[in-house]
Amino acid sequence: MSSIQIADQIFVLLKHWLVGRVPVSLQPVVGILITVIPIICVFPALFAITTILERKGLGRIQNRYGPNRTGPFGILQPLADGVKALTKEDIIPANADKVVHFFAPVVLVMLVFLAYAVLPMGRNMAAVDLDCGVLFFFAIGSGTEVAVFMAGWSSRNKYALLGAMRAIAQMISYEIPLILSAVAAIMIAGTLNLQQIVTQQAGYSGIFPHWYVFTPWGFAAFLLFIISATAESNRSPFDLPEGESEIIAGYYIEYSGFKFALFFLGEYLGMFSISAIAITLFLGGWAAPFSFLTWVPSWLWFFAKLVTMILCFIWVRGTLPRLRQDQLMNFAWKFMLPMALVVLTSAACWRYTEGWQRWAISFLVVIIPYSWLGHGMMSNRKLEQRKYRFAE
Amino acid sequence: MLGGGILKGLAVTARNVVEGFVSKERLTTVQYPEERVPQVEATRDFPFLVFDGEDPMAGLRCVACQICEKECPPKCIYIDKSSDKKPDATGKPQFYPARFDIDISVCMSCQICVEVCPFEAIKMDVEFELSTNDRFGGLLYDKHKLAKSNEYYNHVHPTEAAAVDTKLAVERAKAAARAAAATQPKPAAVSPAPESGAQA
Repeated sequence: MSSIQIADQIFVLLKHWLVGRVPVSLQPVVGILITVIPIICVFPALFAITTILERKGLGRIQNRYGPNRTGPFGILQPLADGVKALTKEDIIPANADKVVHFFAPVVLVMLVFLAYAVLPMGRNMAAVDLDCGVLFFFAIGSGTEVAVFMAGWSSRNKYALLGAMRAIAQMISYEIPLILSAVAAIMIAGTLNLQQIVTQQAGYSGIFPHWYVFTPWGFAAFLLFIISATAESNRSPFDLPEGESEIIAGYYIEYSGFKFALFFLGEYLGMFSISAIAITLFLGGWAAPFSFLTWVPSWLWFFAKLVTMILCFIWVRGTLPRLRQDQLMNFAWKFMLPMALVVLTSAACWRYTEGWQRWAISFLVVIIPYSWLGHGMMSNRKLEQRKYRFAE
Repeated sequence: MLGGGILKGLAVTARNVVEGFVSKERLTTVQYPEERVPQVEATRDFPFLVFDGEDPMAGLRCVACQICEKECPPKCIYIDKSSDKKPDATGKPQFYPARFDIDISVCMSCQICVEVCPFEAIKMDVEFELSTNDRFGGLLYDKHKLAKSNEYYNHVHPTEAAAVDTKLAVERAKAAARAAAATQPKPAAVSPAPESGAQA
């Protein structure tokens, strides 16, 4: 085994070595623990890094410095936030459904962590190598809606309930284009196993990789997936369930202290996991972007891509204003859903044609409906002087 | 094309980020404790008492006329007039404030006390870092804390202070001339004798 391979497989080898040190009867339990504990440590650490990155990034976008008081360049800010969240009073409203109120953040974080089980974070580095990995991921992912509704319902607060209702409407609406655009990738890969989907994209033509995002249908599906993923993780511009300026943080409203921090954690972990699945389906997972870079360990590529995705999410958050509820729903059902079906057709054309025709056909199948739909949406927009009925 | 506006917006925010690192003018934040904006001359917050000469208590221009106390809209000034007279900076015997307190937690920085003062004795300060642990005693300033020299006044409000100094110099010169005129034709006059003695 060469040193490059050792660097690539270092965590897998480490696990095997550690498991080999314990008695045979304990090996299954120890093996599971050694797989799970790093996931539970690494991603919350990434969450801590992301909070500071996000606050700094948004600051820079708005020509501010962002937090820079805690430690050098403010890098200890997440630590200070953590201490603050832990020492804050945990308030449960008198009329709240106390059991559900307590379990909502726990359920959310638990479900979000479960989704990490199938993510391939490097070559041979998935906690569970499930044959129906994609299915498992989306099934677990839709469970978070229950947690959100638990929070909104149990708080006994109209804003919380409004936020939860918005969240349910939004998450269910956007789950359809999310899964349909993932289906396009699954159709071409011909498997639901995430490891195999990555291996299928790990080939190279010359120096360029065979990632699905570099095909016409794949690019369209990737964009649809990312838009839906933003909506699924309740991030700006789809942050209506929180809507600080309208419904004062929505379903979080009655949460304080560490439970609020748990919700925050769950939200960000959800964003990471959905970014990871986007990477796996369209961006070649842990595969290197150029054939001459394959010597870099696969897990490094995975995390580099993940951080890039997170930065894009921050960028989008700093750019776009929040949508209105009717715009959100119109966009989901009148644009995202038809486009997802179009992308499926395009992927099918790609599957059954060869040579340059497949590029031309699948490109045209995507671009014609897109410009047609886009033209329709743009031409319906009437820009005129707004009439105020009461405020004059 | 649908989505073009989003790309334009993303370009704008990306430019903000990049230019923020390239040119410092883009980041307008003044990081306060380390960096400060140069103070504008017309800045004002709370009043202080001006004194002439070296000794703050002897040199106070205030004669405890209590006009400012009466005019103060939120009633934050408390003055006890002295029962005796003491010579002021020019040597003329005057009443002086036995107690002069300003509760700056009540003061609204309206500057009316400054405008009504006939003796140029109370002026507006520019010191703004006044936080204290004791919100009652710590914010009730007595005359020792309020007294600040004319040099300090000249330092914080140069233009205004120069005008005041000129005006006072003219007034004092007139008074001296009047006193001289009063003493010269009638050298035997009795009344101003102790004053001129003190002035010399």
